[in-house]
Amino acid sequence: MIQHLPALIIALPLLTAFLMPLIGRISPTFRKLFAFIMIFLVAIIGILLVHEVHSKGIILYTFGAPQPGETTPSSLKIPVRIIFEIDGLGAFMVIVSIILAFTAMFYALPYFKEERGLDRFYALLFLLLAGILGMELTGDMFNFFVFLEIASISASALIAFCIDRSETLEAGIKYLAISSIGALFFLLSVGLLYGEYDALNMAMLAKSISNTFIDKMALILILGALLMKAGIAPMHMWLPDAYAEASPPVTLCVIAATQASMYGLLRMIFTIFHPSIDIAFLPALIIALSLITIGIGATMTLIQNRLTRAIAFAGVAEMGYILLGVGTAMYAGIKGYGEVALEGAIFHVLNDAIDMGLLFLVAGSVYLATRELDMNNLGGLARRMRFTAITFLIALLASSGMPPMNGFASKLLIYESTYALNPILSIIAILASILMLAIFVRIFYSVFLGPELPNLRDARDPPVLMLIPMLILSILIIFLGIFPSYAIDKLVDPAVRSLIDAKGYVSAVIGGG
Amino acid sequence: MIQNLPYIAVALLIIIGLYATIFKKNLIKIIMGITILESGVNLFLITLGYRKGAVAPIYTNLPEGTKVPQSLTFPVPQALTLTSIVIGVAVLALMLAIAVQIYRKYRTLDVTKIRRLRG
Repeated sequence: MIQHLPALIIALPLLTAFLMPLIGRISPTFRKLFAFIMIFLVAIIGILLVHEVHSKGIILYTFGAPQPGETTPSSLKIPVRIIFEIDGLGAFMVIVSIILAFTAMFYALPYFKEERGLDRFYALLFLLLAGILGMELTGDMFNFFVFLEIASISASALIAFCIDRSETLEAGIKYLAISSIGALFFLLSVGLLYGEYDALNMAMLAKSISNTFIDKMALILILGALLMKAGIAPMHMWLPDAYAEASPPVTLCVIAATQASMYGLLRMIFTIFHPSIDIAFLPALIIALSLITIGIGATMTLIQNRLTRAIAFAGVAEMGYILLGVGTAMYAGIKGYGEVALEGAIFHVLNDAIDMGLLFLVAGSVYLATRELDMNNLGGLARRMRFTAITFLIALLASSGMPPMNGFASKLLIYESTYALNPILSIIAILASILMLAIFVRIFYSVFLGPELPNLRDARDPPVLMLIPMLILSILIIFLGIFPSYAIDKLVDPAVRSLIDAKGYVSAVIGGG
Repeated sequence: MIQNLPYIAVALLIIIGLYATIFKKNLIKIIMGITILESGVNLFLITLGYRKGAVAPIYTNLPEGTKVPQSLTFPVPQALTLTSIVIGVAVLALMLAIAVQIYRKYRTLDVTKIRRLRG
C-alpha cells in the first residue's frame, strides 16, 4: 500500500473525476459528500507521501515494473519507462497544492447552491488536481507535458465555467491559448532533447546534457513556456483575467497550477540544466523580468476598480518576488546567499499560495454577500461582516510582507539575498512591497470602512462552512509568520537540499553517483 | 538537402502558426494558427524517429528479412505524437466551444472588439 502512494495520489482524483457524473445522478447531497470524502483521502495520501519522502529520501515509482531499468531491451540501457520521482521539492509542492485544493473544495461546497452542471464542475476540479499533482511528481519530460496539458485544459474549462458572463469566456480562451502555445514550445524542446540524447527521463537528461547549441535552444524554449504559464511579464496579461473572472474556488486551483509551473521552472533550471549549461545573460534576464513583473503588478494594482482584479495584479507581483529569488540563486549559484535566495523563493511559493488564496476567498465572500465587486459601490462592510474584515486584514498584511505574517518571513530572505547581490534590487523589491501595503490599505478602507451604504445593510458573513477554510488559511498565515523556522526546517530545507543535490536526483534513477 | 526538407516544413509550419496567432484578428484564425503550430511540432517529432528505408515498428507484421531493430523506425516519437494529437484535439474542441459561446455573447469574432477585460 505505502509503496503505491505516488500512483494512488494521481489515480484517486482521476477516478473521482470520472465517477462524478454518475454520483451526481444519485443526489446532490451525496455528490457533495463524495467530493468532500475524496479530497480528504487525497489530502491524507499526500501527507503520507510527504512523510515517506522526508523519512526515507527520494521515492522512485516505476509504472509497470519494480525497477526503472528492468525489462528494457538490453541494447538500450536507458530507462524508457514512465517514472514518478518525488524528492523534497516535489513533496513541498504536493503540500502547497493540497492546501489550496482542500480549502477550495471546502469553500466550493456551500458556495455553489443553485448552479446547474455541478457534476462537470467537480469533475473538472478533480481533473485539474490530478494534472497539478502529476506535474509535481513526474520524473519524465513528456509526462510533464501531458500533465501540463491536462491541467491547462481543465483549468480553462473551469475559468469559462459560468458561461452566462461573457468575461469568463474571454478569460478562459486567453488562458487556453497561452497555455497551449506554451505547452507546444515545451513539447518542441522535449523533441529537441530526445533527438539529441534519446531520453525523455529527467534524470537521464540531467546526466547527459552538455553545453551544446541545441541544449541552449531547448532551455530557452522551456523557460519561455514555463515563464508564460507562471504569469511573468511580459506574458502576465492572462493571469489577472483568469484569477479575477473565475469563481474563488477555481481561482485557488488555478493558483496551484501557476505554482506548479513555477515548480517546473525550478526543476528544469536547477536539476536538469543548471550545472552544465552556461548562458551568460540568462540570470540577469531572469532578474530583469522579475523586477518588471513586480513593477507592473504593483502599479497595475493601483488603478483597478474591481476587487478581484486588484488582488490578481498583486498576485502577479508576488510571482515576480519568487522569480527574483530564483534569478538571484541562478546568478550566485546555490551556495552562500544564493542558497538563501532559493530558500526564500521556495518558501514564498507556499506563502504566496496561502495569502492569495485567502484574499480571493474573502473577495468571494464579499461578492456572495453583496453581489458587487466594484470597489466604488462597496463600503462600510466591516460592521456587518466582521469575520471577513478581520481575515482580509490578516491576508493583506501577509501579502504585502508585513511582520508578523508569513509573507514577511519569506520576503525577508529574498531581500537579504538580493541585497548581497546588489542593494538596488532589494530596494526596488522593498519599495514595491510598501506600495502594495499602501494600495491594500486603500482597498481595505474603501471596501470595509467608511460610511455604510444603504443598499448593503443586509450584508452578512458567509455561512460557517465557508468560514472554516478562511479560518484555516488565516491560522496558517499567523502560524507560519510567528514560527517561520518550523516550516523552513520541516519543509523548505528538504526542498532546497534536493535542488542542491541534483546528482542525488540522477543517481536515484540511474544508480552510481 | 532533400533529407532536411521535413525540418524546413516544420520551421515553416511553426512560423506560419505563430504569425497567425499573433497578428490575426479573427478568433477562428487564431485557433487555426495554434493548430498549425501543433502540426508543426507533431511533424518534428515524427521526423525525429524516421530512418531512411525503415519500416513501421510492428513486430507481428514485419516484411521478410527485416533486421531488428536496425531497419525499424523509432516507436517512441510515434507514441509521443499520438498522445500529442489526442491532446491537440481536446484543446481544439474546447477552444472552438468557447469561441461559439463568445460569438453568441458578442455577435463578433474580432478580438479587437472582444475586449472587456483590459488594464
